[in-house]
Amino acid sequence: MSATVESPSWRTVEVGRLVLVNNGPYTGRIAVIVEIISEKRVLVDGPSSEEKFAVPKGPVALSDVLLTDIKIEIPRAVRTGTLKKFWEKAEIDKKWQDSKWAQRSQRTERRKALTDFQRFQLMRAKKQQRYEVRKALAKIKAAA
Amino acid sequence: MSQPSTQKKFGKSTREVPHHSQKAQKWYPATDEPKPKKVRKTLRPWAPRDSLTPGTVLILLAGRFRGKRVVLLKTLDQGVLLVTGPFKINGVPLRRVNSRYVIATSQKIDLAGLDQAKIDEVAEPTYFARDTTKDKASEEAFFKQGEKPQKKEISSSRAADQKTIDKALIANIKKVDMLASYLASSFSLRKGDKPHEMKW
Repeated sequence: MSATVESPSWRTVEVGRLVLVNNGPYTGRIAVIVEIISEKRVLVDGPSSEEKFAVPKGPVALSDVLLTDIKIEIPRAVRTGTLKKFWEKAEIDKKWQDSKWAQRSQRTERRKALTDFQRFQLMRAKKQQRYEVRKALAKIKAAA
Repeated sequence: MSQPSTQKKFGKSTREVPHHSQKAQKWYPATDEPKPKKVRKTLRPWAPRDSLTPGTVLILLAGRFRGKRVVLLKTLDQGVLLVTGPFKINGVPLRRVNSRYVIATSQKIDLAGLDQAKIDEVAEPTYFARDTTKDKASEEAFFKQGEKPQKKEISSSRAADQKTIDKALIANIKKVDMLASYLASSFSLRKGDKPHEMKW
């Protein structure tokens, strides 16, 4: 018997890993790990040019951030200015905004902000959509 | 020092003697005398919430029409609101409701073209007063309990008032797409709805 052991492809805590802040005043913003302080804390910096994503350089607890799939190649402990160059070169903002994760959270935000009348309009639109889809499906079924 | 003090002569000199009521007591009371509590509350007139401006769409939470979406016409005294369905759209007549049992949505309806004098007339407390001589249950009616009670007749003047107010209102409602069917639908909580987290 033989078994091949593959290393798991987990998201790891490493320099250059993009994290989503999940607690504190910068909740919902993104930053990159620039230095690992201990097994619980890392130094992050998010020099995003977009105001809603930017995080100032500082230490965070790993329990307060979520690791993302996105990673960039950066040297250890880079300063904010240098990191900004790497950030823009790797198009982190765009990559994050295009990710399913960001889009989903954006969608839930938008849904949450709907007023009562808008919720009603949404319900109507969904009904209309469902009706059209079912109509098309019935047509195909009848033809088949 | 309301009581006057007296001057008394002792030998050559005079001395001022305070009135006997001013004299200090010889003993302290063994128990504290109860003092009445100071009332820190004041009567304040009711002011409607900021969200309760005329024309707001409200969701009624209690009473016969709970769940209905209605239009606020005027805020009355002491937390009472004057609302209308409009009657033709969702069956809610001109009615007074308690503002506590109401959710104000952010949807506003244009009240332009409405007869303000008519609204003020309906807003009078006497308008909704019961006709006691007519409505009083008679002895005869009590013995006829088994039978169906006679249906309450709606006075034609009330129905006419309803129509005059609703006519202009419905014209304004029709200008906005889906607004009429929105008012016709009633509100209820669905799975996962958290009313305290929802935006209205």
